[in-house]
Amino acid sequence: MGREDFSETTYMLEISDPMMAHVARAGQFVIVVLHERGERVPLTIADFDRERGTITLVIQAVGKTTRQMQQECRVGTRLFGMAGPLGKPASIGGVRKVICVGGGLGVAPVFPQVRAFKNAGAYVIGVIGFRNKDLVFWEEKFRRYCDEMIICSDDGSVGIKGLVTKGLEMSMDKHADTDRVVAIGPPIMMRACTETTRPRKIETIVSLNPIMVDGTGMCGGCRVRIGDDVRMACVDGPEFDAHTVDFDDLMSRVGRFKEQERQALERWTNNGCNLRTDCNRQSS
Amino acid sequence: MAGKTIRTIPQERTPMPVQDCHARGMNFAEVALGYDEDAARREAERCLLCPDPACVKACPVSIDIPGFIERISRGDFRGSYDALADANLLPAICGRVCPQEVQCEEVCPVGETLEPVAIGRLERWIGDHAIEQGWSTVPYIEPRRYRVGIVGSGPAGMACAADMAKAGCDVTIFEALHRPGGVLRYGIPEFRLPDEVIDAEYANLERLGVRIACNTLVGRLFTLEEMVGKLGFDGVFVATGAGSPRFAGIPGDSLNGVLSANELLTRCNLMRAREFPEYDTPLPLGRRVAVVGAGNTAMDAMRVSLRMGVEEVSCVYRRTRHESPARREELEHAEEEGIAFHWLTAPVEILDDGKGNVRGMRCTRMELGEPDRSGRRSPVPIPGSEFEFPADIVVYAIGTNPNPVLGQTSNLKLDKRGYIEVDEHLATSIAGIYAGGDIVTGAATVILAMGAGRKAARSMKAYFGVRDTETVYELGDQSATRFGIPVFEKNHTRVLAY
Ligand SMILES: Cc1cc2nc3c(=O)[nH]c(=O)nc-3n(C[C@H](O)[C@H](O)[C@H](O)COP(=O)(O)OP(=O)(O)OC[C@H]3O[C@@H](n4cnc5c(N)ncnc54)[C@H](O)[C@@H]3O)c2cc1C
Ligand SMILES: Cc1cc2nc3c(=O)[nH]c(=O)nc-3n(C[C@H](O)[C@H](O)[C@H](O)COP(=O)(O)OP(=O)(O)OC[C@H]3O[C@@H](n4cnc5c(N)ncnc54)[C@H](O)[C@@H]3O)c2cc1C
Ligand code: SF4
Ligand code: SF4
Ligand code: FES
Repeated sequence: MGREDFSETTYMLEISDPMMAHVARAGQFVIVVLHERGERVPLTIADFDRERGTITLVIQAVGKTTRQMQQECRVGTRLFGMAGPLGKPASIGGVRKVICVGGGLGVAPVFPQVRAFKNAGAYVIGVIGFRNKDLVFWEEKFRRYCDEMIICSDDGSVGIKGLVTKGLEMSMDKHADTDRVVAIGPPIMMRACTETTRPRKIETIVSLNPIMVDGTGMCGGCRVRIGDDVRMACVDGPEFDAHTVDFDDLMSRVGRFKEQERQALERWTNNGCNLRTDCNRQSS
Repeated sequence: MAGKTIRTIPQERTPMPVQDCHARGMNFAEVALGYDEDAARREAERCLLCPDPACVKACPVSIDIPGFIERISRGDFRGSYDALADANLLPAICGRVCPQEVQCEEVCPVGETLEPVAIGRLERWIGDHAIEQGWSTVPYIEPRRYRVGIVGSGPAGMACAADMAKAGCDVTIFEALHRPGGVLRYGIPEFRLPDEVIDAEYANLERLGVRIACNTLVGRLFTLEEMVGKLGFDGVFVATGAGSPRFAGIPGDSLNGVLSANELLTRCNLMRAREFPEYDTPLPLGRRVAVVGAGNTAMDAMRVSLRMGVEEVSCVYRRTRHESPARREELEHAEEEGIAFHWLTAPVEILDDGKGNVRGMRCTRMELGEPDRSGRRSPVPIPGSEFEFPADIVVYAIGTNPNPVLGQTSNLKLDKRGYIEVDEHLATSIAGIYAGGDIVTGAATVILAMGAGRKAARSMKAYFGVRDTETVYELGDQSATRFGIPVFEKNHTRVLAY
């Protein structure tokens, strides 16, 4: 396992799994179980290297598990379990001009799509947004595969000042012939992008992140409303046509364990060391 | 034993000791405690040892029931276990979860005047005794060059794996979750089927040389076609279970607090939410849980909720108690534990508390009308009978749809509903790939899934052209002699006939 920290809360893990690296495609995710008592945490495959046999995850420490991973996953440690690649791969072919929008944490997951579109011969415009200059990562990586790129920041400390929707508007104005927009990030950002493209009737794809358990279509916990249908994001998605997604439903469902998440985090912060010794047994 | 008649056998069915119903509502320890040796021998006496036993025909895997029971009454427990294990790899599991009352025990002639012989309880006792003694029938296996891949580690996959391993094949099971067992692990709770029992039965598989690869979702990491192609498996058995839960499709289905029984049970059993926050996965249930449905899954969801500390657990079912497809014992236990049953009731809407959470259900009363295609009288709503019903959590246990992953990722032929299509040998539309269990039949039972696994194994062996190696059992009694020569292990042989 390799590791790089992008900021206080964002870190990257590079995990060796040659078989998975060999078949992973843009748009797919993995489920990681950190230790025997751990939760099953879904994380998007942010990059993969078929030659070296690694897959890359970029993780934001938001709650108990992601913070614990931040603390414990070092070079050389092993995960208790990782299943994947899960979900349907993104459809890449048949697109001539695409705008890939990544907001905050969504920047990493959108990268494999950028690369795949480029390799498939599309004209790729990248729009990536961060809160400020210090949080920027992978800029070079993006520049390598984007024909055009706009960085947005909340405070204007880098790129243009404003949300990614502003960057998206600018690109769409410039390229009226855009045939697809891909937007990945927090639900609120994906909804904003969806509303931005709706009047222009440009096909828009979002990657949904409801709470998951098994990731195999068995529990129904990740169900989302797509038009009049109910779909399982883990097997029918995670990518869906944005203009049919019921975002209110998604946003309400993501919050359904808030109280327990707070409790878990609090407890972990209070006796973090106990859990740590537990875990070291697992790592080698 | 000759001359046993219905009059001479013990008249009373030996009762199953159970945990007190008040105490058990608070814990996850097993409810039915199992027989002890005396009880088992007493109950074994009740079997008439019919020369043409009806019970064997009613058992989906044709266990030699009088054979194993007779050995119990003789005190030959090892022999009894061998007789059982010939047909059923998992006696300790089936004895616990089989719906005996509609299978082997239903047709037992003792049941015509008295209670039928408690075949399931005896089977469980032998299974448990074997685990305690560390017995397993590991035959001498002659290795062959065939490689077999099994997709799914539920009862169907396990049964097929065991048979193929005994035939000398190199067997690997692929399981999507991080622990093996399928529904046995994530669905059926520990108070009915403790994890140790599953682990013990799996250990037997490993002793046969079967490898289990968890965290592997077949279809995504590699496809079925790749398994028989470049990964070099000579045969594949697909046993992925029915899996995907159904929702009622009524207003309010997507509110927070509406979940499938699968999610509730997975969180609690596989992810151990009941030990949250010791384990990381949460499962908040509130004060009142209403479960829709009345099958085994519904019973399990209700009884788990009770043990998670929910004050009021109720069951809402659109037919009557008589039509409930659950195992009788579980239904009775659920009633004893204080679950409120609302028969002939169906939800029409789930009510919102204004913040996206469940506040209750609006239900309608039903009455039974004309019989439907399945022969059951179908429920019809009584107009104007709607009423509200408070609940914090609504759990759906109303059946499953087939898991879509393999359909999405392979060219397997599926039927109209999405289940895998097979012929009478359980062969699918792709050569070398067989399928069985819930993914073929729709939700069924553990023993039917196992039966399917064994049937597929038979077909696969015929396809490879291999026969079973001789099964060689160890003799328990090391001082036995035959023709004056002491016989030790491995010289008591017999060939399993198929
Ligand atoms: C398909 C998919 C891809 C994802 N990709 C990434 C990624 O690349 N990088 C990343 O940092 N995060 C990603 N996430 C989100 C990530 O799974 C959650 O941040 C993580 O589970 C939080 O766990 P926690 O214990 O640290 O926090 P918690 O305190 O448990 O939760 C914090 C927040 O995370 C969400 N969450 C909690 N549990 C789950 C769960 N089991 N499944 C989904 N969301 C959950 C909740 O909305 C909650 O508000 C992805 C989620 C999905 C569904
Ligand atoms: C809550 C509940 C209670 C029940 N109670 C009883 C009972 O008391 N008595 C009884 O007889 N029956 C009972 N049943 C029914 C019984 O459990 C099932 O009929 C039986 O388990 C089916 O076995 P199976 O092997 O076909 O599939 P399953 O047991 O469903 O196992 C399938 C396995 O395959 C895995 N899998 C799925 N897709 C993939 C993939 N693509 N790659 C790799 N792995 C995959 C799954 O994760 C799972 O572990 C109950 C069912 C439930 C849900
Ligand atoms: S496997 Fe089931 S049906 Fe067969 S004898 Fe045992 S309990 Fe009866
Ligand atoms: S039918 Fe009943 S009495 Fe006859 S052999 Fe079977 S268990 Fe014994
Ligand atoms: S995570 Fe359970 S069905 Fe998708």
